[in-house]
Amino acid sequence: MKERKKFLDINPKIWGPIFSLVVIIVIMGIIDPGFIQIEFKDGRLYGSLIDILVRATPTAIIALGMAVVIGTKGIDLSVGSVVAICGAVAAVLIVETQLPFFMVVIVSVLVGGGIGFLNGIMVSFIGIQPIIATLILMVSGRGIAQLVTGGRAVSFDSTAMDIIGSGALLAIPVRLWIMTALVLCTVLLLRKTALGLFLESVGANAKASRLLGIEARMLKVIAYIFSGMCAAVAGMILIADVSTAEINRLGLWLELDAILAVVLAGASLNGGRIYLGLTIIGALIIQTLTTIIFSSGVPVEYNLIVKACIILAVLLIQSETTKNYVSQLRTKSLENRHAE
Amino acid sequence: MLNERTLPLISAIIVLLLLYGFGSIAYQGFFGLRLAGYLLTDNAFIIVTAVGMAFVILSGGIDLSVGSMIAFVCALMALLVVKFQIHPVVAIAISVCVGTLFGTVMGLVIAIFKIQPFIVTLAGMFLFRGLGYVINTQQVKIDHPFMSSLSEFGIIIGQGELNFVAIIMILFLALGVIISRYTRFGHNVYAIGGDAQSAALIGVNVPWTTVKVYALSGFYSSVAGVLFAVATGSAYPEIGIAVELDAIAAVVLGGTLLTGGVGYVFGAFIGGMTFGVIQQLINFDGTLNAASTRIVIGALLLLFILLQKIILVWAKKFSAKGSD
Amino acid sequence: MGVLEPVVDVQPLLEIKNISKGFAGVQALNKVSFSIAPGEIHALLGENGAGKSTFIKVLTGVYTRDSGKILFDGQDFHATSSGHAQTQGVSTVYQEVNLIPTMTVTENLTLLQQPKRFGLISPKRAKQRALEMLERVGLNIDPSKQLDSYSIAVQQLVAIARAIGTKAKLLILDEPTASLDAKEVLRLFELMRQLKSQGISIIFVTHFLDQVYEITDRITVLRNGSFIGTYATKKLPQAELIHAMVGKSLDELTSGSNRETSDSADDVLRIQNFGKQRFLKPVDLSIAKGEIVGLAGMLGSGRSELCEIIFGAQAVDQGSMEIAQNAVHIKSPKQAIDHGLGYCPEDRKIDGIIAELSVRENMILALQAKRGWLKPIPMTEQKAMVESMIERLSIKTPNLNKPIGELSGGNQQKVILARWLLTQPTLLLLDEPTRGIDIGAHHDIIAIMKELCEQGMSLLVASSELEELVIFAHRVVVMKDRKKVMELTGSDISQKSIVNAIAQ
Repeated sequence: MKERKKFLDINPKIWGPIFSLVVIIVIMGIIDPGFIQIEFKDGRLYGSLIDILVRATPTAIIALGMAVVIGTKGIDLSVGSVVAICGAVAAVLIVETQLPFFMVVIVSVLVGGGIGFLNGIMVSFIGIQPIIATLILMVSGRGIAQLVTGGRAVSFDSTAMDIIGSGALLAIPVRLWIMTALVLCTVLLLRKTALGLFLESVGANAKASRLLGIEARMLKVIAYIFSGMCAAVAGMILIADVSTAEINRLGLWLELDAILAVVLAGASLNGGRIYLGLTIIGALIIQTLTTIIFSSGVPVEYNLIVKACIILAVLLIQSETTKNYVSQLRTKSLENRHAE
Repeated sequence: MLNERTLPLISAIIVLLLLYGFGSIAYQGFFGLRLAGYLLTDNAFIIVTAVGMAFVILSGGIDLSVGSMIAFVCALMALLVVKFQIHPVVAIAISVCVGTLFGTVMGLVIAIFKIQPFIVTLAGMFLFRGLGYVINTQQVKIDHPFMSSLSEFGIIIGQGELNFVAIIMILFLALGVIISRYTRFGHNVYAIGGDAQSAALIGVNVPWTTVKVYALSGFYSSVAGVLFAVATGSAYPEIGIAVELDAIAAVVLGGTLLTGGVGYVFGAFIGGMTFGVIQQLINFDGTLNAASTRIVIGALLLLFILLQKIILVWAKKFSAKGSD
Repeated sequence: MGVLEPVVDVQPLLEIKNISKGFAGVQALNKVSFSIAPGEIHALLGENGAGKSTFIKVLTGVYTRDSGKILFDGQDFHATSSGHAQTQGVSTVYQEVNLIPTMTVTENLTLLQQPKRFGLISPKRAKQRALEMLERVGLNIDPSKQLDSYSIAVQQLVAIARAIGTKAKLLILDEPTASLDAKEVLRLFELMRQLKSQGISIIFVTHFLDQVYEITDRITVLRNGSFIGTYATKKLPQAELIHAMVGKSLDELTSGSNRETSDSADDVLRIQNFGKQRFLKPVDLSIAKGEIVGLAGMLGSGRSELCEIIFGAQAVDQGSMEIAQNAVHIKSPKQAIDHGLGYCPEDRKIDGIIAELSVRENMILALQAKRGWLKPIPMTEQKAMVESMIERLSIKTPNLNKPIGELSGGNQQKVILARWLLTQPTLLLLDEPTRGIDIGAHHDIIAIMKELCEQGMSLLVASSELEELVIFAHRVVVMKDRKKVMELTGSDISQKSIVNAIAQ
């Protein structure tokens, strides 16, 4: 009995995203049983659900960084460009140098972190609004990426990249291992130290946090660095997919999917809460819907419309106006009950 | 005349003149009416979009949906003219009305539900892009004698030509300047961008002004969409990707403060032309990658934002001294 | 009610009858009634939370009243917004100039009423009208310059010009002198007298009592949302006025409480000549181990400012500080915490709680910040600490993970107190720890403070409730005009002596 009570103490908000994902999958399973079938073939798992997981990894990883930045009351619009830049850097390093693969990884992650650092400095120390500061890189980032590749699509041949792109370990695609490892590391870093709590505290109320002895500025820079690094990892997974870095399309629209995933997880754009696990669920919901649209014969074009409607619906439900209206209705119905 | 209000615009004009002057000296054929006419035509739809965006930014908001709106309006034009055989004039009117309506709806969501404009217009960006795809997924030629006569119309001035698109751009620029400076609505936009709370206390209807601002931006971006359709005579769903960024950049390069309340609608023209001149400089140079345009724009954007920050700090210090 | 309201022969311009307004259970205004005569300057006084600003907002239609009646010019008055109130003849000028700093003076003065020509705004006529409006307040400036290029004093006058320009009959000035220097205040008073002679009534809200005596005809005092009285300014001694604002009845004034003077050898804090320009004049103060020092003074007297600079929330520019006999330079709250200080700020909602975070997180944050992010407090330890604090301070919360924003004010205050107790400070700075909380929590907090000092903790408590200070303080420092004016010890501490020190 006591255990049960504790279980219910968990913020009920978390069930919304999980419930939505399960409902979508169950409905699809009823309509098309093939959707939930998972096959074991040639040492790895296959099936629509596995496909969804595989395709969702880049968005999920970027959303992880975005969740942290939004938790500090910021936003990072530059992630799509960072994906392009880091993808370009990795591709060029593989093609034109003899660097060992782990060095390639380190260099591109450092580049991503460096770009995040610049964003963080602009937001935190110069005091530019986050939308604007990261917009600058969103505008110019793709140009920088094209300078890196010299304007052409860079194709490469790398065993390591092939493994990331399509390899499997213990029947599970390698990129899922990468994502899981990254999520675990992040959870450990934020929740097993006090870093997550400090970031949330700064995002919710920077002034009060300062009076508590928590200085916001460095923490915010860290959040943007983390977001840049996540984007770099996502960039490498994306180029591994096709063994090519094609700048014009690489990482396009990803910032929007990432923001959507964070919003779906129930985080407020006004900062204060970081939901890491739910953000991954959010990314999975987006990818599930995308896959359903792709496979169901509904024209692909509806994908964007569906996403837009979901964002709007979630925002409208979350908004203060709706909450006030609902609570008004509630008090009114209570009053009516009393009157009776 | 030189104060923190005009300084950003004046520095924007100086930057534009410097870039233009540099081009005129360095490259043959840069200076002159021919390129000037070309610049006006080529950047017309960016400038028209930026004029609408200027109102949004002056009011303290942002509109990320304008690029998708342009694509949607083009697609709608193609649908009406090619498939339903409606006369282009009627098609233009319908398209602009629908675009304005969409802007109004976004404004209503922002004003009533008090959600940040950037996320609402982000949703709008998805929605309009998606609607554009639903109408048609391929490139469609908008073939109609009236459309071609519009695009062929032009006034020859010396070596240059002021064509239909450029003329419409200038008219809508003038309209924007008049609305911003000489109507109550325009002053209210500046007021809510400068200090929304005070504006509300004075009696400005903040929600209603907000709705009108996004309606106006929707109107301007759908006009830009029409201009695009006229200029290219075709519609395809990928039109206008990243135009929202170009428009925001044009507004900022034109000396408008991104925090709202300070700047001039005319700056959108200066910013848009700066944009065009940079592109031409890179074209004329020939050795530079086309991608450099974006980097130069990004660098200029950063420079202007920093400049505005410095001016603000300086103005604050100055006024603090004044009150001592 | 000490002095009776003088009989007013003429019909009052404004009559307030039994106005009440509550927010989520807290009664912000409780049956307030008074009237204002035509051409009268009427002071509206009270401490923070007395209900002054709520009253202004109810009058100008920003809030809707729960009950009561307002008669303006003999007519039932029901403003729906401040803009609507203005068109009816009631204009307000706030301390933070409620104009648009980024627009020109002309644009500000003519906003919403721009003169038009052929349907468009005529800048020429607008400038002309602006000049006329400025002339009425005796201001000779270039109206085509941006508003924020002028000093606050000028901006204030521009705001008044706009307010009376709309045919105002009643002008509400909310703390207009707070950021003005002496010369600028004189200029404002001159203008107020001039407006008065034109028959305009003025409600003057301020915390500078000397100014009240200089310019006003009558005074209305509010306390904790209740109407205390309306008095003729000339017939009300300043001590009685202060008493009406912060004290209880006169009989209780002399009741001091028992206490022994502490030994000054073991001072936990000593500051000398400690101050900051334009913020707080230099202060000398020492606090002994286990001592409660009260900080008395009216709103704006410098009591909160003193707490802020001791805690490093504001940088000092002169003086020295010693903590436990060691000279220290505290530049940030973090350093203050490391030196064993804790601080509960006055504005709990803005500076204190982190509303989205849970009770548990709010409570352990300060301790966690002190330990650093690499040494997280294990969850079981956190829970044990928080649960024992909840029991010790009898905090009412359904569970540890409830967002603190959803608790009542008293319980929020207790959580913040608990937050600092967990860091085991040697000196705790409390700024208005009992404001805006229910009576039960009020008693609890005072009991906790006494208990803490018995355990050897030192407390510096700023409060506007004198009867409360008299009960628990071993020593009272009286602040006035951002300056320490007196220090009372032992049996000298009484409401009367504090009031006298402020009134001097």
